[in-house]
Amino acid sequence: MLFNIPQNSFYTMAAVVGLLVLSTVIRLFLKSKHPETDYTELRQRIQSWWVMIGLLFVVLTVSKTAAVVFFGFLSFLALKEFLSIVPTRLADRKVIFWAYLSIPVQYYWVSSSWYGMFIIFIPVYVFLFLPMRMVLTGDTKGFIRSAGIIHWATMLAVFSISHLAFLLMLPVQNEEAGFVGPVLFILFMTQFNDVCQYVWGKLLGKHKIIPKVSPNKTWEGFLGGLITITICAGLVAPLLTPLSNVQGLMAVALIGASGFIGDVVISSVKRDLDIKDSGNLIPGHGGILDRLDSLTYTAPLFFHFLYYMCY
Amino acid sequence: MNRVMKILFFGLIVKPVVLIVLGINLRNREKLPMSGPAIIVANHNSHLDTLVLMSLYPLSMIHKVRPVAAADYFLGGGGFLAWLSLACIGIIAMDRSGQSARGSLFEGCHQALDNDDILILFPEGSRGRPEEMSTLKKGVYFIIKDRPNTPVTPVMMHGLGHSLPKGEVLLVPFNCDVVVGDSIPVTDNSSSYVAAISDKFEQLSEHCLTKNENAE
Repeated sequence: MLFNIPQNSFYTMAAVVGLLVLSTVIRLFLKSKHPETDYTELRQRIQSWWVMIGLLFVVLTVSKTAAVVFFGFLSFLALKEFLSIVPTRLADRKVIFWAYLSIPVQYYWVSSSWYGMFIIFIPVYVFLFLPMRMVLTGDTKGFIRSAGIIHWATMLAVFSISHLAFLLMLPVQNEEAGFVGPVLFILFMTQFNDVCQYVWGKLLGKHKIIPKVSPNKTWEGFLGGLITITICAGLVAPLLTPLSNVQGLMAVALIGASGFIGDVVISSVKRDLDIKDSGNLIPGHGGILDRLDSLTYTAPLFFHFLYYMCY
Repeated sequence: MNRVMKILFFGLIVKPVVLIVLGINLRNREKLPMSGPAIIVANHNSHLDTLVLMSLYPLSMIHKVRPVAAADYFLGGGGFLAWLSLACIGIIAMDRSGQSARGSLFEGCHQALDNDDILILFPEGSRGRPEEMSTLKKGVYFIIKDRPNTPVTPVMMHGLGHSLPKGEVLLVPFNCDVVVGDSIPVTDNSSSYVAAISDKFEQLSEHCLTKNENAE
């Protein structure tokens, strides 16, 4: 136990910091070797990773409550970003205000470990409440579209992301990993999957999967990424989660495939709106949704896989 | 004393609200004038416009940034709004009633420019309907026609009309775009100058991420 973090989780965090140090060293090496090339975007990307991972590790180390609040804040930023880029009517302002209010309530259910309420609050109560609030404003022009947009945004940004927070609240079964183990597992497997798909796509990519939505996505990248992280995670899953090797392989195949889907779903949103990034909150990465896109799919799917298998 | 008020108001209230509750997609920050005399012309949708623009500046120079605002609206009623406008924001009051002579109308603005301040002007004159551009007024031309070396930097903002439109009190969080453009050189008459500003706003608005009604 170092800094109150069980050893497997501590080693994972140390390994991630090691990767960051390595990428910074490589960047500095590239810069000294090719001083004429502009590495601004790479530098911003790596610096932003330092900040994001630094923040995450600090809140995970401080306490469970701090981490729940942190994920709640991520939900807020993601929901705000989504509702800022999609078309909404002025009449929807008051409805959107209620959608924001669902965040503290949803994360309150999480922090009190009330699974039943956590799992139905947004799909049932918020789902039924928001259109009712819309009726009260009395503006029916564009009603259907707004009802769809606002609830979809709340599901992706609040309901999906809150599964990350609920992973923290599950009773610890793997003492070596502690409550942070499963969260570290899903976060790193999802981001590592993005990176692997990108690298394999760059190396071998030929056959495009969905050229209309995302011209850089290839079968070679998708399958290469999937195989790479499935092998890694089969080994890592038993260390960080209560899953066995075989269950870990299944979990990560699920993460690889669904992470890809989350990515292209958000890409389609941006393509529809004719924008490249959803914001510029994170230098070098774009908006918060550009970083959370895969997680909106992987977090709930991994959670329910784990929940079904072990709880 | 007012400088301390201004720093406290922006440091403790405005900046946290703008950064956390709203969130800005800022483009071309480097084009923002960092020393006076200079003029910023921006489109106007919300009371938040002024606060967002001012919060782009560090606290150490916030007292140099002066929004030009309607005397009747902000000072006419006296009381809290007038105190806030003068002590915490430091507006330059502009008489919209049409009773002042043209020479004295812009006296406050000229004094501020002589004092190396950065002026914020909303050539639309009023907030109007959210996220819609109204006809530009010509005042800005008369402020700078005798000072051709003063840079006039256009800033296009979008999204704040959703956060706090005219006539609403409930602030709803949305990201806003702030796109800064190149300085617009003065032309030989007011109509062509206003047209140049108007064109510039149109160009800048293409960089907005939140121009969501265009997607309909």
